Amino acid sequence: MRVALFVSCVNDALQPRTGRAVVRLLERLGHEVVFEPAQTCCGQMHWTTGYHREAAGLAARFAGVFGRHEAVVTPSASCAATVRAVHPRLTGGAPPPVYELTEFLVDVLGVTDVGACYPRKVVYQPTCHSLRATRLGDRPLRLLRAVRGLEFAELPDAEECCGFGGAFALKNADTSVALGADKVRHVRGTGAEVVCAVDDSCLAHIGGMLSRLRTGVRAVHLAQILAATGSGGEGEEW
Amino acid sequence: MVTPLPLPVRFADAARTTLAVPGSEEADSRRRRAEAVAELPDWEELRHAGEELRDRTLRHLDTLLETLEAAVVRAGGTVHWARDAAEARRIVTRLASAAGGGGAVELPSPLTRRIDAAGALAAAGITLHRAGGPARERLLDAALAVSGARFLVAETGTVVAFEPDGDARMCLTLPRTLITVAGIEQVVPRLRDLEVLLQLLPRSAGERMSPYVTMWTGVTPDDGPREFHLVLLDDGRTAALSDGTGRTALRCVGCEACLRVCPVYKRVGDDPYGELPGPIGAILTPQLRGIEAAHEASLPFASTLCGACADVCPVRIDIPDVLVHLRARVVESRRRHPVPTPELALMRAAAWTMGDRWRYERALARATRWGGLLPGGLLRRLPVLPLLLGRWTDARDLPALPDRSFRDWWKARR
Repeated sequence: MRVALFVSCVNDALQPRTGRAVVRLLERLGHEVVFEPAQTCCGQMHWTTGYHREAAGLAARFAGVFGRHEAVVTPSASCAATVRAVHPRLTGGAPPPVYELTEFLVDVLGVTDVGACYPRKVVYQPTCHSLRATRLGDRPLRLLRAVRGLEFAELPDAEECCGFGGAFALKNADTSVALGADKVRHVRGTGAEVVCAVDDSCLAHIGGMLSRLRTGVRAVHLAQILAATGSGGEGEEW
Repeated sequence: MVTPLPLPVRFADAARTTLAVPGSEEADSRRRRAEAVAELPDWEELRHAGEELRDRTLRHLDTLLETLEAAVVRAGGTVHWARDAAEARRIVTRLASAAGGGGAVELPSPLTRRIDAAGALAAAGITLHRAGGPARERLLDAALAVSGARFLVAETGTVVAFEPDGDARMCLTLPRTLITVAGIEQVVPRLRDLEVLLQLLPRSAGERMSPYVTMWTGVTPDDGPREFHLVLLDDGRTAALSDGTGRTALRCVGCEACLRVCPVYKRVGDDPYGELPGPIGAILTPQLRGIEAAHEASLPFASTLCGACADVCPVRIDIPDVLVHLRARVVESRRRHPVPTPELALMRAAAWTMGDRWRYERALARATRWGGLLPGGLLRRLPVLPLLLGRWTDARDLPALPDRSFRDWWKARR
């Protein structure tokens, strides 16, 4: 199947390894990945902070870039939610068919075992958008449980927000950090080496605190775990 | 006593000083709600019915209020209209002074507390004792009672109160004069509409049913109060009704389920929100008070948009959506400033950059070049970075900046 990758502006600039992992994973599963070089941003940041005129321009632009594709995959549940729920309100038209990565794997491709091997103790943080906007349910967990070598640990109070919240992290930095501290405490309590999620922006917040506290616990996008084969290849990079 | 005045401080500044660790009772109340709701197989249908009922009520509020007034008058009561809290206080004070001497009791509601009815009467020399507990005996010789209400039934003029201890019933039977204060949005069209609300509301608060549901209608000869006054408060509600998205906040029936699941509220408590706490306060207060002052303008941003509140709201208020809508109203009002705020300039610049592939790629290249110039780790941990970035690095490391963007890797790979 021919799949267009919407990598998201955050990943393009700050977490390119997530995009590389998606490419590696989908190609390993036998699919062709294309990258529209004109893609930039879905407008989520502008929408959620109230800059709706600017968001409307970016939504229209997104439709122009991805409109002719049969399937667009993105490793961001919040971007997928923005395109699906917000773009129609901004453009007045049906949005391009965007799938969050785990939706695409489980619902469209029908796979849960993607042939990954990742011998680490891992907790999964169901980010708020993945839980309550894209409603991913147990798709990420089904994918994780099929990964060879992976030791899965339950994260207490997993469905509590990590406190990132986009602009909230800056406008209400103290409260954001307080909520992040709760999340960090729960992650640490499990003894996990890795916390994974399907939104790199939430992971930057959780991972940034884990790093500041020198916990040694890594924040890793789920795509990187699914791309890993235990062979020391690109999926294994931290 | 809650101050009826808007707080002068922004939410973030107030929250910094009130951050606390939530107690175990918070988790208990959430669990109780979840259990109470799980017992009803048709909970989601009830929520839809509640949403439909409240929306229908708000759509026809003008005629329903006329129906309500006519019904109250028919039942021997009097209706008073208060434009704002100050007018409500004046009306209550005037009525209470006319009621003559004797004790006075209050059956408080969030609304009577917010308009500070007790404070207004104290200024007029009337001490309003809280009903309940040791003050119960005071009811016996009370000449006046001031109460809140949960709902007002338009077709019958009936006032409905939910309460834990039955004090409303004493308020009804003992004083000569009963004054009830309620918001205009608390109307329900018909008595039978309570069927849905009597299920939604207690269960959202973690109970199967309210211990006491008390209803009173006007006055009855030789029984109960001889005078009944209903004070209906607008206080910004009519203005909120004119906003198609914002008015869904007026569906609120006051169950406080959104407070109990809100991660922000749990950590910062009542005070940073000002007059009405929690997610519902963050969407109602800016609409009732306007978004001009710094405190009200900061409230729509006092949320991570996690959506936990929308999932539990018994009348399906999409709180995150209203928050985003109100954020846009704040931003739109700022666009009219003669000098653009730094944030507006930044967001415009970001949109301009994202609006074109070549501008975007140049910005990406610049960012990775800058990242490469700085010594490893320094940028990531510097707590004194300019403007907004410093608020990130104050407590969080930045991700290690990659040496090339995803698209550069993709290009090189071809």
